[in-house]
Amino acid sequence: MTTGLGATVVRAGRRLLSSLPALFGVLVFTFLLMRVLPGDPAVFFASGPNAGKEEIELIRKQMGLDKSVPEQLVFYLSDIGHGNLGRSMMTGQPVLKDLRERLPASLELTFTALLIALIAAVPLGVIAALRPGSIVDHGVRLFCALGVCVPTFVSGLLLIYVFYYLLGLAPDPTGRIDVFTSLPPQRTGFLSIDFLLAGDFEGWWAACKQLILPAVSMALFVIAPLARITRASMLVSLGSDFVRTARSVGLSWRKVVVTYALRNAILPVITIAGIVFSTMLGANVLVEKVFSWPGVASYALDALLSSDYAPVQGFVLLMASLFVLVNLVVDVCYGIADPRVSIE
Amino acid sequence: MSENLLRIDDLHVAFSTRRGMVEAVRGVTFTVKAGEMLGLVGESGSGKSVTGFATTRLLDAAGRVTGGRILFRGQDVTKLRGDDLRQLQGAAMSMIFQNPRAALNPIRAIGLQIADAILTHKRISKDAARAEALDLLRAVQIRDPEQRMNAYPHELSGGMCQRVMIAIAISCNPALLIADEPTTGLDVTTQKVVMDLLADIAAARGMATILITHDLGLAARYCRRIAVMERGRIVEEASPSTLFSAPQHAYTRRLVAASPTATSRIEDLVTEEERERYTAVLGKPRPALAHGTPPLLEVRKLAKRFDQGSAAVADFSMTMAGGESVGLVGESGSGKSTTSRMICRLIDPSEGDIVFDGHSIGHVAARDFHRSPLRKNIQMVFQDPNESLNPRFTAFDCIAHPLMRLDGMRAGDALRKRVEECAQRVGLPLDLLPRFPHQLSGGQKARVGIARAIACRPRLLVLDEPTAALDVSVQAVVLQLLDRLRRENDIALLFVSHDLNVVRMLCDRTIVLRNGGIVEQGESRALFDNPKTDYTRKLVEAIPHIETGPTLAAAL
Repeated sequence: MTTGLGATVVRAGRRLLSSLPALFGVLVFTFLLMRVLPGDPAVFFASGPNAGKEEIELIRKQMGLDKSVPEQLVFYLSDIGHGNLGRSMMTGQPVLKDLRERLPASLELTFTALLIALIAAVPLGVIAALRPGSIVDHGVRLFCALGVCVPTFVSGLLLIYVFYYLLGLAPDPTGRIDVFTSLPPQRTGFLSIDFLLAGDFEGWWAACKQLILPAVSMALFVIAPLARITRASMLVSLGSDFVRTARSVGLSWRKVVVTYALRNAILPVITIAGIVFSTMLGANVLVEKVFSWPGVASYALDALLSSDYAPVQGFVLLMASLFVLVNLVVDVCYGIADPRVSIE
Repeated sequence: MSENLLRIDDLHVAFSTRRGMVEAVRGVTFTVKAGEMLGLVGESGSGKSVTGFATTRLLDAAGRVTGGRILFRGQDVTKLRGDDLRQLQGAAMSMIFQNPRAALNPIRAIGLQIADAILTHKRISKDAARAEALDLLRAVQIRDPEQRMNAYPHELSGGMCQRVMIAIAISCNPALLIADEPTTGLDVTTQKVVMDLLADIAAARGMATILITHDLGLAARYCRRIAVMERGRIVEEASPSTLFSAPQHAYTRRLVAASPTATSRIEDLVTEEERERYTAVLGKPRPALAHGTPPLLEVRKLAKRFDQGSAAVADFSMTMAGGESVGLVGESGSGKSTTSRMICRLIDPSEGDIVFDGHSIGHVAARDFHRSPLRKNIQMVFQDPNESLNPRFTAFDCIAHPLMRLDGMRAGDALRKRVEECAQRVGLPLDLLPRFPHQLSGGQKARVGIARAIACRPRLLVLDEPTAALDVSVQAVVLQLLDRLRRENDIALLFVSHDLNVVRMLCDRTIVLRNGGIVEQGESRALFDNPKTDYTRKLVEAIPHIETGPTLAAAL
């Protein structure tokens, strides 16, 4: 239906426009927040603890910190307008370059984790909904509760202990790839995809092995919300009139559960998955630290600890944009999955 | 043809609830012959739908057949498992449900849904199934079937959705069709069209049909045999004419009496003992209005336009005297609810004015009208007694609330006295006052809603389909209550309804609306007996009257 698709595109465009003020607000807010936080970056980046006053002043001037806050804000905004996110004092590189290098690592990890979580959570939720109150239902509930209760860094360490230390199945938890494997030509930045594109299956397998443990420990944390929402909406869906209609004409069990009940039940899951994805992207710093994963979140944390303004501001802007983008994708998916949305 | 297609033998169905097992069906026995249409009539909770669901094996997980047999072509349906059962469902017997829009998958095109049913029972290609689905849409008389194949349920009207549902149900030519309240919630005219279609299809294809309904008139119009159910049992089974002319069972008598007909009066609807208080009021003559008394309500050229769309109501004018009752009828979308809400000052009119008792209130914003001293003079009774009571308020709180807000009363003995007085006036037992809505029956909730509306002694009561969600016997009592209150307290009633029989009994005058404009108005009986416009005639003719005497005999 072209009209439905057209309406979806229009709606997505409108949503994008309406999120611009929010993005601007996030920019200004983070900027001010960084200025309010204690700590003087100039002191931090001076050559040593016994650096002289002149040297610190010089650095301050170089960084533009001697100007008033509104002036700094104007400079900052004009820089952003020119696509310049500033330079990180920590790495000495432009923030944009740093983020571009690290974002694919975070995205790959988060996408994989979300995929694992969805593959586990949706069937679990469906099984639980098909037999509410049964042992299976309680088992799923217990599993979900455990997943949420155990912090990701604990489950990450446990997984390392079992699969790396005890069983020796997993490679060292040191980043995206072990030192002996040569990197494939960079195309997407997602190692697993780049290896495949280069036809290097050994490398691909090595990358996947590195990816699996951190992804699982992240997934464990978000299975619970996804499985619970699947169960709840599946229960509503199974109890609805149209499922009764489907049963009344003798449709096969599979058709009733999958085509009629699940397709309707999946709509709220799409929304929750979008929210979960955005949260994971920012909150996976613990997993990134445990597995020495070179992602954006650990980069931003390091920058924050050393009062390095530019990377933190860049990171927040990146997250906000991603959040807008993810919501947009969710919106479009929803519009495609549910014909009722395009009317309004 | 004398062979029994379906034979239900001493059927018992129980539901496990928090309070233990509850028997919903307690020993139902009846038979259906091939090609015949049987009416299964009863009020809510009588077990009629449960009997239908047990037959098609669609009971909830909590429900179980605890005794008896359901023999379909000699085979006990209750013992079927797995594939045997699925071959029966849809192919040999199928079902049509109440609330057609919810009964269709909201995110699947209707053509696909019909094809799904076909493909389950026939080994044909998807294209062939699609072609059959298209034929079925034609058979149920849907316009532009090619385009409608790709439509979703929300794009169709309720009547259209029910036709699609019929198409699904008949897709594999079942021998038995169970229609569970197929037209409840549809307009009378749509109801007639859908029921005619259903009867024609059943006759043409030789399908036996069980029509489950609460509407005796509807069952009488379409069925040759009617079984009346009460509390899980069949109390009487007869042809419509015998049922109406000589009902045997006490319950049937009450049901027949409570079903409004073209000639019935409010006092006829209920039995002797309930009538007493009402007839006492009827006896007193109403004081004639002094000549030149200004009207209580005067509406001048009222119009409402919602954003962009065309006018929902246009050029609506009327007057009402104190103590008068006026009916506002029309199909859904005719603007009757919008008009009533404007008069209640719940929404703002786009044009025109409303003059109540000499005060112009049309220009007071609906948002601010609650502060107006006239608010307590215009009160409203809503359609659904379940939805319109705050679930966290007891019956007492519900009635006390307007007294505290509008009359400025404080909690105390005076308030308690007023609330109890209101409860007594509507016939609500005082020991029910501390109860919450979910602990009350539908009729009791309706009484709470009315008590709340009359608590501040209003002069105009606007009622939006106040009995649409009620059983006929409860409806009879509520109607009588309303008419008594009107006569006792001189309250004017503006009665919005699609049920013309009810309006005819209750209202002195009737206004017929269509597409937001007045089609016809006049004294109720005259208007219904001699409709001047085709539209009104169509409305009147669509009501399933209980026809007794020669007309019915001729039809048989």
